[in-house]
Amino acid sequence: MTSTEDVARRSSTGRTVDEVDLSIFDGQRERAAAIVARYPQPRSALLPLLHLVQHVEGHVGRAGVAFCADVLDITPAEVSAVATFYTMYKREPVGEHLVSVCTNTLCAALGGDDIYAAVRERLGGIGHEETSGTPGEPGSLTIEHAECLAACDLAPVLTVDYEFFDRQTVDSALEILDALQRGEKPHPTRGAPLTDFRSVELLLAGFFDEPEVGGAAANAGPSADPSTLAGARLAEERGWTAPPMPERGPDRTTESTTLPGGAS
Amino acid sequence: MTEPGPEEYTPDPLTPVLTRRWLLPESWTLRHYTELGGYEALDTAFATDPADLVSLVKDSGLRGRGGAGFPTGMKWSFIPQPKPGEEPTAATKDAPQFKPKYLVINADEGEPGTCKDVPLMMADPHSLIEGCIITSYAIRANFCAIYVRGEVVHALRRLHWAVKEAYDAGHLGRDIHGSGFDLDIVVHAGAGAYICGEETALLDSLEGRRGQPRLKPPFPATAGLYAAPTVVNNVETIATVPSIVAGGKDWFRTMGRERSPGPKIYSLSGHVERPGQYEAPLGTTLRELLEMAGGMKDGIPLKFWTPGGSSTPLFTAEHLDVPLDFEGAAEAGSMLGTTALMIFNETVSVPWAVMKWTEFYEHESCGKCTPCREGCYWLAGILRRLTEGRGTESDIDTLLDVCSNVLGRSFCALGDGAVSPITSGIKYFRQEFLDLCADQQSPASETPVLAGAH
Ligand SMILES: Cc1cc2nc3c(=O)[nH]c(=O)nc-3n(C[C@H](O)[C@H](O)[C@H](O)COP(=O)(O)O)c2cc1C
Ligand code: SF4
Ligand code: FES
Repeated sequence: MTSTEDVARRSSTGRTVDEVDLSIFDGQRERAAAIVARYPQPRSALLPLLHLVQHVEGHVGRAGVAFCADVLDITPAEVSAVATFYTMYKREPVGEHLVSVCTNTLCAALGGDDIYAAVRERLGGIGHEETSGTPGEPGSLTIEHAECLAACDLAPVLTVDYEFFDRQTVDSALEILDALQRGEKPHPTRGAPLTDFRSVELLLAGFFDEPEVGGAAANAGPSADPSTLAGARLAEERGWTAPPMPERGPDRTTESTTLPGGAS
Repeated sequence: MTEPGPEEYTPDPLTPVLTRRWLLPESWTLRHYTELGGYEALDTAFATDPADLVSLVKDSGLRGRGGAGFPTGMKWSFIPQPKPGEEPTAATKDAPQFKPKYLVINADEGEPGTCKDVPLMMADPHSLIEGCIITSYAIRANFCAIYVRGEVVHALRRLHWAVKEAYDAGHLGRDIHGSGFDLDIVVHAGAGAYICGEETALLDSLEGRRGQPRLKPPFPATAGLYAAPTVVNNVETIATVPSIVAGGKDWFRTMGRERSPGPKIYSLSGHVERPGQYEAPLGTTLRELLEMAGGMKDGIPLKFWTPGGSSTPLFTAEHLDVPLDFEGAAEAGSMLGTTALMIFNETVSVPWAVMKWTEFYEHESCGKCTPCREGCYWLAGILRRLTEGRGTESDIDTLLDVCSNVLGRSFCALGDGAVSPITSGIKYFRQEFLDLCADQQSPASETPVLAGAH
């Protein structure tokens, strides 16, 4: 059944008012079914489905809304109500990359506000959720100021397609922008090699092992920042450990299980 | 490290339990997890009656690491279970004890300053997964969802691969380790909304709806995900469970204090020499942590800090020796929250910091209730005006007045959290707010500019 027929059929039931061409989602039906199958109840699939929509459309448009409604047998209004609630679902097409600068208090105090201002200026004064260049073309960049990104010990941070660039300065951030605009993919300080916004949306939809999202190699991308490890390293240096666990049961082979302070 | 003496035993200043594998290269792999005893606690758990596991965690004194500090074992014990031998009858077949049970992990980590769960999921995802299996077995759940905020794709990636490894190794799926117990885990990405960290909003979001809080009661324990009994716990809480099962309650209680036992990841950020994650016994003080973190950056003195994220009232240099556990932080007028210690030196303006946090709450207020939605909007407007030097002394009273109308009158705890920086900021640094109004004291400028009217 083609998608247009489907919507037409549904419109006769009064659920869908407008006809929307869903053909761009024809290749996604299997994935959509796989998402729905993960959950005890189908409606739980809506957030991952909207991520899948962004993988295809680069934002959530009318077709994407209709597609989700079709898959879950709910109304487009119900889908829109959800899509508009969440910051990560974008109403306008996103560029090749999404650059998010944390401007919450801690990052801002350490330079995040200056970084965001410099990013805007370098891209011709564009603002929150605006794009420099043409979405769909290489080097196009959408920017946003973000709330705390759970990386405050590495402040100030920004992310590109949600991969971390930690401890930024105005200069380092502008270098990243320039490289992205030239079509290069600078390596994040923590995370996988960059792909693009739409590929990462596939991972957010739960498809983590496809070649498009980098497969197992992406998982090996770095994460062990010195700050993350600061306490573990200090404990190792000073020989501090958690108290040893007591011996238990006759089947214990080891004398007593001391928790190693780190690499042994 | 000496053997614990019977009485005056003091643990080391840092006690890596959750962080003990983090220094290993590729620490996130199943191979390294099992090398250091991983998935062994699972067999101990399967050899134990589920109800006894609940008692074990109760007796260990473990309290939730997501902010509120609710006793974890007690939360699990609220899940209705059939009495021994009880079978569903026509009258009781829809009763909660016969519904499916669910475990939902709160990995939405969005409270400003909080940065412990994301590194944990990146460095040692299997500790969380093993905790999920043990907890699910204890509460008799066969489905577990890990709700991760969407903006941390590398943590999502690590969890996805770890869950796959666990399935392939037989730690997940059907008849795990021959125990007859089945469990499926789904890693679920959120989509950017701080309020989805509130447990009932999280459940609505996981059901594919706008993430807005639900009225309580009913509590998730009786009517949670799909209106079925559900436990919602934080990442760090559940990642602690395998160690309690392996080490026992007495071992766990050798760390921390009587009512707040165990180790805790303290996240130091801001103006310190070596910011980062420090796992220490609960009750450790900022003075001790600062010493370990190399002191204040460039020696510039401490001005203010949060003990547990922006929703916990500010502390100052007066509070360096407050024991940072649930009781200690509360007795000193704040809350332990998420042990997110954001540390600011003398160069930072308190009204500015408070204004920035208030803008965050204004943006993240879900809009469901009037006090928070309107209150945050006006508070942010007044604070912006103040920090721009266009405020008057009466603005400070207005701020406090609005705060008192938001606090305790909002539908969920976001509203209460939103006023914390403002009321505590004014309490300790009133003069700094007044100084901003200094040039507004001439009678000609007494007419305030209407906040928000621009
Ligand atoms: C606005 C708001 C945001 C919250 N965000 C989180 C969060 O990101 N992670 C978390 O674990 N708990 C968060 N909580 C607390 C949860 O509602 C809940 O208490 C917690 O997940 C319970 O787990 P625990 O008992 O293991 O701490 C938040 C609460 C509120 C009111
Ligand atoms: S307090 Fe704020 S976040 Fe909570 S329900 Fe009310 S409007 Fe929503
Ligand atoms: S304030 Fe920027 S990551 Fe937390």
